[in-house]
Amino acid sequence: MKKISFRPAFFALPYVVICAIFVVFPLILVLIYAFIGSDGSFTFENFKLVFTQSSNLTLLLKTIGIAALTTVICLLIAYPTAMVLASAPFNRYVVLALLFIIPMWMNFVLRVIALKSLLFMLGVDYGFLATMIGMVYDFLPFMLLPIYTVLTNMDKSYKEASADLGANGAVTFFKVTLPLSMGGVVSGITMVFMPVFSAYAITGMLGDASTNVIGGKINGLFTTTSTWGVGSALSFVLLILVFLTMFISNFITARAPKSKPSASTKGGVAQ
Amino acid sequence: MKKTLSLVLRWLFLIIVLACIYLPIALIILYSFSAEKNIGGENGFGSFTFSLYARLFTNKQLMQATINTLVIGVVSALLATFLGTFTSVGLYYMKRGKKAVNFVSEITVVNAEIVTAVGFFLLSIFLRDVVMIPVQKGVGWLILAHTIITTPYVILTVSPRLNQLNPNLYEAGLDLGAGPMRSLFTVILPQLIGGMISGFALAFTLSLDDFVVTNLNKGTNGVNTVSTFVYASLRRDLDPAIRALSTILFVTVLAVMIIFNIVKRAKQKKLSAQQHTSA
Amino acid sequence: MRETREQRFDKIIEVKNVTKVFDDVTVIDDINLSIRRGQFVTLLGPSGCGKTTLLRMIAGFTLPTSGNIIIEGQDVTQMPPYRRPVNTVFQKYALFPHLNVFKNVAFGLKLKKLDDGVKTDAKGNTVKKTRKLTKSEIADKVNHALKMVGLEDYGHRDVNSLSGGQQQRVAIARALVCEPKVLLLDEPLGALDLKMRKDMQVELMKMHKELGITFVYVTHDQEEALTMSDVVVVINDGVIQQIGTPKKVYDEPANAFVADFIGESNILSGVMVKDFSVKFLDTVFECEDKGFDKNEPVDLVVRPEDIKIYAADSGKGQLSGKVLTAVFKGTWYEMEVEANGYEFTVQSTTEAKPGANVRLGIKPDGIHIMKKLRTINEFKGEVSGENTVDICGGTFEFDNKDGLEKGTAVKVSVGFDGVELTDDESDGVIGAFVTQTLYKGTYYQVQIYTDTDEDFYIDTTDEWDIGDRVGVRLDPAKIKAEPLAEEAENEEN
Repeated sequence: MKKISFRPAFFALPYVVICAIFVVFPLILVLIYAFIGSDGSFTFENFKLVFTQSSNLTLLLKTIGIAALTTVICLLIAYPTAMVLASAPFNRYVVLALLFIIPMWMNFVLRVIALKSLLFMLGVDYGFLATMIGMVYDFLPFMLLPIYTVLTNMDKSYKEASADLGANGAVTFFKVTLPLSMGGVVSGITMVFMPVFSAYAITGMLGDASTNVIGGKINGLFTTTSTWGVGSALSFVLLILVFLTMFISNFITARAPKSKPSASTKGGVAQ
Repeated sequence: MKKTLSLVLRWLFLIIVLACIYLPIALIILYSFSAEKNIGGENGFGSFTFSLYARLFTNKQLMQATINTLVIGVVSALLATFLGTFTSVGLYYMKRGKKAVNFVSEITVVNAEIVTAVGFFLLSIFLRDVVMIPVQKGVGWLILAHTIITTPYVILTVSPRLNQLNPNLYEAGLDLGAGPMRSLFTVILPQLIGGMISGFALAFTLSLDDFVVTNLNKGTNGVNTVSTFVYASLRRDLDPAIRALSTILFVTVLAVMIIFNIVKRAKQKKLSAQQHTSA
Repeated sequence: MRETREQRFDKIIEVKNVTKVFDDVTVIDDINLSIRRGQFVTLLGPSGCGKTTLLRMIAGFTLPTSGNIIIEGQDVTQMPPYRRPVNTVFQKYALFPHLNVFKNVAFGLKLKKLDDGVKTDAKGNTVKKTRKLTKSEIADKVNHALKMVGLEDYGHRDVNSLSGGQQQRVAIARALVCEPKVLLLDEPLGALDLKMRKDMQVELMKMHKELGITFVYVTHDQEEALTMSDVVVVINDGVIQQIGTPKKVYDEPANAFVADFIGESNILSGVMVKDFSVKFLDTVFECEDKGFDKNEPVDLVVRPEDIKIYAADSGKGQLSGKVLTAVFKGTWYEMEVEANGYEFTVQSTTEAKPGANVRLGIKPDGIHIMKKLRTINEFKGEVSGENTVDICGGTFEFDNKDGLEKGTAVKVSVGFDGVELTDDESDGVIGAFVTQTLYKGTYYQVQIYTDTDEDFYIDTTDEWDIGDRVGVRLDPAKIKAEPLAEEAENEEN
């Protein structure tokens, strides 16, 4: 038998095995359970329920709506904030940018509790508005950080070249700065949009009966044995959505070179 | 004139956003020194007292949840740091299959948390009912789950540092007579310490922050982390001592971040001073 | 089109008393410079000398702290870059990565507004009409510009897929297509390999000739500057050292810095015995310079190719020397020859073996005399004790021969050989940064900058690195102190 000599690439082997068991296999399990009925037999019933039961479908659409709205609001606040932070003289103070990110490191349930107290004091009723405030409050740093990172790392000679070629501030923004920061924007969107689907703790704490996200429903479905199938089917639908957003964001970032989005931006400032 | 106006407006904008971010936290910190049950209730602030801090230690369930959170956080972050660092080194030298591994670890990062939670839930059922391994949902299972969730983030933190290293470093170790393991431990790892610390900090905070995966995988025998305990007790009666806990947590985070940055800056200064004198 | 004499020789750019201070550091120190229309002007100097800052102020990316910049008779000091009639080729090209080659080049054209006759507005005033370029006009101009740089088929390409040389060409096309009055180039060839550099140098010179517009070119490469320019502006420490044609700055450097920075050179200290006669290395040489004081100390430069090498017994030449090293350089030999304690660098087509005794001859036109920047270190200070004097923030011992009283304001002078530098800052009386070193054959002339903003010149045999912190000690015997008041009277006399 040929002796296999040790190569440094082997250091990755344990993780490959772990990934197979704990990442890939569970996803396969989700798919399998999605086709198992409450009596343990193979069935399409679960998917049928997902797409025919109006409560599932409306909740899914509602969640997409909340996620989209959260993303847009976060973007509208985060982009100008990041731009100001990346501009002189603010770019000299790293601590200033840090202040915007620090709440991210505090436990998010406690953070939402804090917001809940403030909203209670201000007399804001729990419901849609409170939920949206909570979502934006919670996810804003995740939108801010990648955009800020891209803007501060952007070579200032691009802006200078644009001005040199006759573009004023507004034209430079729309034709150079914005397109070049798309990588960060896309990264921010993926870090806000999909996580909203799972943020049932926020709707649970700040919402009322009419506000829920699909994540809460799925979680509930797994508390009783008989509904695992439907829960798995719903999870599978979410998984498809995840791959879809992954594909779209990769597609866009591939066309916007120079800026690398990565989830590591979450730890960016801490490093 | 125009310049000053723009500067003032930009400052104003930043301050408004910051105020919105910190107002709730400031409120919690302020009321952590009040024994009132509700913030903004009819009785107002009441009197200044540390009683909530004292009470924190008498709430056994909350204490247990805090201990669970810390144990799960530290152990899973340590495991994730070592697993992630080893994997980064392996991936760095891997030629084929690198993309596939990166893709799988990316799934963990971008996947909806609830799907990950369901995956772990079903895996525990599968192991118990089909493979007949008696998996108990609880602290152990949560440590495992958190390790899996946070390892990709460690990889994402350590890999960039690795790419900055001289690619011949490992070979130099082998060339000078050290074996693969020895080369890794004496040549490569010391260069990655900074990345590993950042990776650990990130993994730890992610574990602390987790709610969705924990909530579905904590089992039914009363194991709780701070997140799940607070969320569950909201329905019933939330202990105002939670304000004291929040304050402690926030102050700790703030202190750690400040120290982190001071150390980092001192290092940079030292480095640039050295560069200056050797120029 | 024929131009009048005035048009041809008028100033297109004027830099008037411009100073730039960044964080308390003066990067550009009261510079005046005029650039004539159509010239290829190079700003040359070591890195950090301020040349790029000067270019950026002309382009409008940096505002001067004081002074004015005038382009075509119009004061543009406060004008934003997008209104100035200049375009820039950036150091690392700064091609927009989200646009392809064609769109990069078309960027400026799409924003351009052309005069389009006049119209009368509602109030009856005559207003200039402007219009944008049409799509086909833009396409024509872009394709023409790309053709000029030899990239006509590259329009659809992604800029990141191009080689460094190709990116450089796109950057040039992008700037030139806007038809600027002046093209500014910020070390544009710095990132290219040697062969590519040489090719681009030739192409840029060709383009300059064909287009007839003014080029302002920044580089730290003296060879590049000498090859390409009509006029070279040598800058150091934010101050213009010399302006002149390449030949002039090479043959007649204004001072020791220019001589050292441009070309290879032997720099020596000497004394003007009389007009057309200079003494150095204990030997009197004929030279072509006059107008110096009798026995005035001077710096002088002898280019390696201006030294003739003769056999030891030939009786020719003025100096006897010994060959230390000889290296064949393709068409000539480069030799180190020691004569009277000085190591000459000599370039000659005749070879002399290491160890051989030779004679060295220097013709009068091979010696260029330069005024010394300074001959002695002079500071104002105060006698602070029986045998001590305070200057530059430190207390130094000195030989108080005249019995000057404590508190007397004095002018203190120390020769270049009276200063000692120490490795450890704490070993010296005061600390300072090394700002310049110049090899003068047998010793180094080092310039240091004290924390009290004063310069010392030191002659030393040790080599010091620029930027190092050093301690400064003075030889008490070599410090001369004269009361200040007396000196003022002397000057009046």
